[in-house]
Formats: sequence, structure tokens, C-alpha cells
Amino acid sequence: MKKIIKYIILDILKNRIVIAYTLLLLVISLSLFMLEDNPAKSILGLMNITLIIVPLISIIFCTIYLYNSNEFIELLVAQPIRRTRLLSGIYLGLVASLLVAALVGIGIPILLYSPTGTGLTLLLTACGLSIVFASLALLAAVLTRDKAKGIGLALLLWFYFSFIYDGLVLMILFQFADYPMDNTMIGLSMLNPIDLGRILLLLQLDISAMMGFTGALFQDFFGSRAGIIFASFVMLAWMILPASYAIRKFRNKDL
Amino acid sequence: MKRRLTFIIFLLGIMPVISMAATITVYPGQLIQAAINKAAAGDLIRVMPGTYREKGITIDKPLILLGINYPVLDGEKKYEILTVKADNVIIEGFTLMNSGYSSMNDLAAVRVLNVSNVSIRKNKLVNNFFGIYCQHASYTLVSENEISSNGISELESGNGIHGWKSDHLIIADNNISGHRDGIYFEFVTETNISGNKSQNNIRYGLHFMFSHNNIYVHNIFGNNGAGVAVMYSRHVTMLQNEFRDNWGPAAYGILMKDISDSHAEGNLFSRNTAAVYMEGSSRIRIRKNIFTGNGYAIQLQASCDNNNIDLNNFTANSFDIATNGSLVLNSFSGNYWDKYEGYDLNRNGTGDVPYRPLSIFAMIVERNSSAMMLFRSPIVSIIEKAEKIIPGITPENLRDDSPSMKPLPL
Repeated sequence: MKKIIKYIILDILKNRIVIAYTLLLLVISLSLFMLEDNPAKSILGLMNITLIIVPLISIIFCTIYLYNSNEFIELLVAQPIRRTRLLSGIYLGLVASLLVAALVGIGIPILLYSPTGTGLTLLLTACGLSIVFASLALLAAVLTRDKAKGIGLALLLWFYFSFIYDGLVLMILFQFADYPMDNTMIGLSMLNPIDLGRILLLLQLDISAMMGFTGALFQDFFGSRAGIIFASFVMLAWMILPASYAIRKFRNKDL
Repeated sequence: MKRRLTFIIFLLGIMPVISMAATITVYPGQLIQAAINKAAAGDLIRVMPGTYREKGITIDKPLILLGINYPVLDGEKKYEILTVKADNVIIEGFTLMNSGYSSMNDLAAVRVLNVSNVSIRKNKLVNNFFGIYCQHASYTLVSENEISSNGISELESGNGIHGWKSDHLIIADNNISGHRDGIYFEFVTETNISGNKSQNNIRYGLHFMFSHNNIYVHNIFGNNGAGVAVMYSRHVTMLQNEFRDNWGPAAYGILMKDISDSHAEGNLFSRNTAAVYMEGSSRIRIRKNIFTGNGYAIQLQASCDNNNIDLNNFTANSFDIATNGSLVLNSFSGNYWDKYEGYDLNRNGTGDVPYRPLSIFAMIVERNSSAMMLFRSPIVSIIEKAEKIIPGITPENLRDDSPSMKPLPL
């Protein structure tokens, strides 16, 4: 498995897309920090990048990569390697290269300009979202045989988590306006990794406006150690569950 | 005007001294009350350093009570320490500590009762229930006192400076912390409050009701449990004050309830949950203030009318304006809004398209506070952009027709 991971990382670095992605992140982050003299404001701008671009590129890149290495996968399947090992190796290789991109592209500017708790949370969110969306990409690629369909599914997943989900939450909120929804809101935020990351960040940034009852409740929950541990577990579940489901599917897949 | 009044009070204070300057010195072990009883009107009583535990001292004739090196007057948590019942009294240079606590009476370190021309200055008030209590006082100066307490709950602590049915007070350059309300006024009129720092109080830094024609200048109200609340008053003037770091679910930089014909100019509102919250207020002129880093810069409820908000700087606030209805009877003009995206073709410094400071998300949150969860979500930005282009839900006439392109030099 180690060999597969190594091979995948080398292959990804060779095809230069990840390098371009890293540079893009680096340029955006650096220019945001240089344009604003207030680091808190740049972090806010960076947050928008993290919550939209990082998931998008992660999921699209991983899906396309998986389809493109279809022949390579078929070749390896013919070798005496277990299928679960094979796909886990590929997944970990993808995740590793995405993490390198996020750490270099966002981590270095944050370390340079704003090495605070907020900055670290932002970096962790970026890394977490990279892994989660790589995991979702794996699922999309394994579930559909057709490349175009698979990429479509990946895009749809990204669109769902970035936009549609929040729209649905807004709708639910107004449909159930007469009921106390505050605890439900915490539950709903867990069902979307992007929302989870955003709220964790907001609690450190725009705390004042969040300070209504719901804000206080969120603060209470995510500010406590138990809440942080729970949120981390949920994030971990988002990273592992789609991937493990995809790997199990792949075991019996007719290639 | 402040200076002149101070001078007059000072003159009134020293006049008896000039005429017949008998001096009585009190040493530790002796009683201050005995010295007061012995003194004639206009005498100077010097109190030497030490601790004096007397069961309440009453000053009933015009005197100067001067503490040398801050002698301690200890109320032993049982008594009111000083009660002033005569005009023309000066109290200076004491440490007043541990006034009594009672849930029936408002025991204070110093009570000024039904008199005028009293001056209380340069004292240290530590750990008292109420600090300085002006009851039916007039022409009284409270200045340069350090007033602190370690109150924990609203019920068990009193106010730093408390005014009740008083007029023509001057409250200047005091530092107040750890009380329930830093400065509390009820039925106090024609008063000048300047240069005070009221910080870290349990409830409000400044709290007044039914107190008309007062002027507040150069005060700092910061880190108070609920900020500043002012209610049911007319002709309030607030200039160059700072409202900072009033943080929490129910904290306001300043809460104005039923305030009318008032004026707020040159104030700084920084990092408050809601910098200004206005309810039932009318004819207030809010100009040349700086609103920066607040959750809400102005929460203007629909019950307010005829308020003019002009020439202010709004920067780095999460929401500039929020309101709870569609009725808008207030005007905005010439403000600088950092969220303004318009252009200025004729380069006159004023934006050519009106700015709508009310974001639709603020309205959504107003109706359904749980929606706060979606703050800064991409879907919210999309809705806001759509609403900015074609306003449908936000009130059409809540807008600034002449937004400034650059921050105003304030």
C-alpha cells in the first residue's frame, strides 16, 4: 500500500495540476493578507475561499484523477493486491497531495501573517474539507462507471453542500418558525461539513453578531471541550464514511 | 461652562475658610464626629492617616473635611459612612471603604442629602454598596474619585454614583468599576458628566431615566455587562464619548429607549454587540460618530421617527443597520459605509447611487434568530446580492442617497 501511495503522490506531482492549485491558493492568500492591514479581515476573505474553492477543486480533481487512472487501477487489480488496499492507497495518496497543497497554499501565509488560533482553525478547516471532499469524490467515482456522469455527480455533491443545503435549512427554519429550532440547528450544522467548518470559524471571527440566542447556544456547544470533540468526530465521520463505503463497493465491483 | 461652574463651587467652598480659618486636626483614636460637633461653621478638619471606624458620620454644618494621605473611614459593612446634611461642604482625600449593605435602604459611602454646593473630590471608594449617593442635591461636584467595588450579582451591589431628584451636578473625571451601574440617574437634570471612565460594571456603565437636559462629554464606557442604557429623557447631549467592548447577548453600546430631541456627536462605538439600539426614540441627531467593529452598528426599531443619521463612518461592522419593520421615518445622509459598492462619476466625493444599509439577512435574523447559523454562507450572499439589485423585502426608503466615497475625517 505504501508503494501505491508513493506512486500516486509522484504521479500527481508530475501532472502539475496540484502544483497549479497550490500556487493559486498561495497567491490568493498572500494577496489577501497583503491587501488588508487587518489580518482578521483577510482571514474572513480566506474563509470564503476555503469554503468554496477548496471543496470544489478537491472533489473535481479527485474524481477526474480516479477516472483517468482507470487503466492503471485495472492493471493493478490483475496483480496480487487486495482491492481494498489498492483503493485505500489511491485515496490516501490523493488526500496526501491535497493536504500538501492546502498546507503550503494556505498554511504558509497564515503562519507568516496571522499565526493565531483563528488562523489555525482556518487551516484545519481547509485540510478537513480537502479530505472530506476527496472522500466524496471516491464515492462518486466508484458509484458511476461513466466519466461524465461521475463528474456530474461530484459537481452536484459540491453544489448541494455549498448552496442547496443552506437553502433547505433556511426553508426548514421558516416552515418551523413557531417551534424552538435552536438545538435542531446544531444538529443540522453537523449534517454538512462546510457548515460545520464555517460555524467553527465564525465563532472565532464574527462572534458579536452571532451572539443572539442561537449564537450563544452554538458558542456554548462548540466552545466546550465536549462540543469540540464531538465536532471533530463528526468531521472524522465525514472523512471516513463515504470513503469506506466506496471501498466496500469497489471490492465487489465489476470492472 | 463646566470650568466656570467648578470655579463657582470652589469659591463657595473656600469662602468660609477665608473668613475664619479655624483648623481642627483629628488623629487616629480620636473621633471625627466629635471634631465635627465641636467645629464651627466654615472650619477645616484635617484627618491624619489611620483607620477610623465610626458608626456613621453626619456632617451638619458647612465644613471642609480634608484627609491627609488617604485616612481610611471604614463602615465595617454595617453603616453608611458619611452623610452630608449641610450646604457648602467639601470632602477630600479619604479612603472610604466597606459601607453597609441592606436590601431595605440604599446605604452609601457618601450620601448628599437635600443640600447644595457640596464638593466630593479626590477620594478613593473601595468595596462599598453604593458609592456616592446624591439625593435631592443641587450644585454639587463629584470629581476625581476612584470608585471601585467587587460586586458579583446585580442584587447585592449598588451604583457607583447615584443621583436621585438632583440638579446641576458636575460629575467629572471619576473612575468607576465593579458596581451594579457605574453612573445611575433618576430625575436628575441640568447636569454635566465629563471625563469619567465607567468600566467593568455588572450591569450598565451609565444608566439614566427621566433625566433631561444633561450633557455627557469625553466619557469612556467599556466592558460593562450590558453597556449603557438611557431611557425616557429629553435633550440629552452626548459628545466625544467612547463606548467600547460591551459584549454579550444583551449588551448594547447604548440603548436609547424613548429618548427625544437629543444629539450624539463625535462618539466612538467600537466592538459592541449592538452599538446603538433605538426604540421609541425621536428627533435624535446622530452625526460624526465612528462605528467600527460592531455586530450591529445601529438597530433602529420601526417605532423611531425623525432621527437624522448623517456624516458617520461605518466600518467593519457585521451589520450596519437592522430594523424590525417596513416603516422608515428616519433619514440617513452623507455617511461613509465600507460596504458601499457604488461609483462616483462626477468625482464630488459622493456616491451616485444610493446605498441601502439594511441587509436582507439582518431582516431574516430579526424574524427568525436561528437563521444566524447561515451567517456568511454563500447562499446568503446570493440572496443579498439579488436583494441589492432589486429590493423587494427590505424597505425601499431606508437608504442613504448621498453616501460618502471615502471615510470622513473624524
